Amino acid sequence: MRTAISTLRLLSQALLIILAVSLINFALVRLAPGDPASVLAGQSGAADELYLAQLREQFGLDQPILVQLGKYYLQLLQFDLGYSYRQQLPVVNLIAERLPNTLLLTLSAFAIALILGVAFGVAAALNRDNWIDTAVGTAAMVLYASPVFFTGLMLILVFSVFLGWFPAFGSETIGADYGFIGQVADRLKYLVLPAVTLSLLYAATYTRLTRTAMLDVLQMDYVKLARAKGLPPFRIVGAHVLRNALLPVITIAGMQAGHLVGGAVVVETVFAWPGIGRLAFDALLQRDYPVLMGVFLISSIMVVFFNIITDLAYKVFDPTMEVS
Amino acid sequence: MKHSPFGFVASSSKTLAGTCLLAGLVVIALAAPVISPNDPWDMVGRPFTPPLSDGFLLGSDTLGRDILSGIIHGSRVSLFVGLAATVAALAIGLVVGGVAGFFSGRVDNALMRLTEIFQTIPSFVLAIMLVAVFQPSLASTITAIAVVSWPPIARLARAEFLAKRNLEYVSAAVSAGRPGWDIALREILPNALPPIIVMASLGVATAILLESAISFLGLGDPNLASWGYMIGVGRTVIRQAWWMSVFPGLAIMVAVLAINLLGEGLNDAISPSQRGGAKA
Repeated sequence: MRTAISTLRLLSQALLIILAVSLINFALVRLAPGDPASVLAGQSGAADELYLAQLREQFGLDQPILVQLGKYYLQLLQFDLGYSYRQQLPVVNLIAERLPNTLLLTLSAFAIALILGVAFGVAAALNRDNWIDTAVGTAAMVLYASPVFFTGLMLILVFSVFLGWFPAFGSETIGADYGFIGQVADRLKYLVLPAVTLSLLYAATYTRLTRTAMLDVLQMDYVKLARAKGLPPFRIVGAHVLRNALLPVITIAGMQAGHLVGGAVVVETVFAWPGIGRLAFDALLQRDYPVLMGVFLISSIMVVFFNIITDLAYKVFDPTMEVS
Repeated sequence: MKHSPFGFVASSSKTLAGTCLLAGLVVIALAAPVISPNDPWDMVGRPFTPPLSDGFLLGSDTLGRDILSGIIHGSRVSLFVGLAATVAALAIGLVVGGVAGFFSGRVDNALMRLTEIFQTIPSFVLAIMLVAVFQPSLASTITAIAVVSWPPIARLARAEFLAKRNLEYVSAAVSAGRPGWDIALREILPNALPPIIVMASLGVATAILLESAISFLGLGDPNLASWGYMIGVGRTVIRQAWWMSVFPGLAIMVAVLAINLLGEGLNDAISPSQRGGAKA
């Protein structure tokens, strides 16, 4: 029963987000300076009259606003996110083709951030106030102050330009004929720099969170008891402390999912990673608004999806909460 | 240390470092036309001059423009946009959060749902979309950053208003028959403000980062050389001229670091319970 209610709550939240984002898109087309039809065409005045007339008809642009809204939602319900006049393709197709790349990038970045953040946070907390703690704290602070595109460029400079370890652009070697394993290795090589770039900012946040939470938990009575019982330190940290210390990290990770997706836009631009962020950037340069709005909607759905995952993760880790 | 008005500065080395760095940046921004060796747009030398040669301390760019002058002038854009966007976000956040906390009930519920939505959606995507739709300019950049930055301020403002609503001095004002808006503005707001201001001051750093990313993507005001814009230009030639990207990037980091240090120092000062305790 409780599970059903919490699932229902998540679903209603997801619906609300999608509703809000689609309304923002709807409003933006009509608030933008100039003719909404030419905004939808994405041609800033250069689209031909015939196509503009067709758009006016399709979206009911000369009809009352409520009719327009109705037509808009009717199309959304049919998974029609509009048409990119520039690329001569439906927006859905453009996004669907690139979405796996973005999912790969963001999920890898999230995993790396979690591993680095928890590892360094634990190391700092266990070495409180000595040089390890100070070094980790300083590094986290510096990373936290670095714009994600700058972090990316510096990694390119060091690991691609100077050391030549990893490629700086793209997602795979074009035209290469590897076996299955060779291909996986090839893609991994291309994934490292963008994924690490995107992860570092969050790794910094998670490090600080883990350290704070660890220090709080280490003072709890049950940890003192575990120590008094003579449990080895790694058992105490692993079984008692870390599990509790992870909860705030998971909470914040869920709250930051939107930033992660936004960061992907910048990282994909820096590394020419063929995901929906790069798609959004190209659309931006060409003022291809239907594509931009499609990316906004789909990336919002991605955030909702991440939120559901972190919610589940919270339930797995929280020892006090069964399913509420 | 406790009673001097500058006591809080010395109270923590973080605050001190942040204050010094930030003061330095403000001086540079204000004195930019005087101290800058060249106009940032003038082609004053050979293109691609490396740092420390031909009179270029930090090198020249693809057109022979002085990087140092660009960084000095760019500080004006970053600091101004950071401050202006934060003030705007503060205004939105105070109104939304204040109204929600003061009236509570349904109004609160609806406004907090709205805040939640804005906190969940990928804000950077919304920001670049807003700038693109309303054409790149200083105003659209500031507006876009404000539109995506107010939710944390609104949440804190709500919490503060909710907490202060039932305190004795508010009850006293209510029984004195003073109107609600008067109580909200003259009794609750001044007392709720300090932690909100501290949070907003940290928001300046986020705003500077957002501005740099918007400009990096080429969506900033085309007439202003900001740090992000310089890196955006430099990234295409990073193999030939690393200095074009590295120095403006360091400038952004110093600015953001300064504000974060100061904000954290202030935070420690107003919530002493956390002082020296669990913080990274």
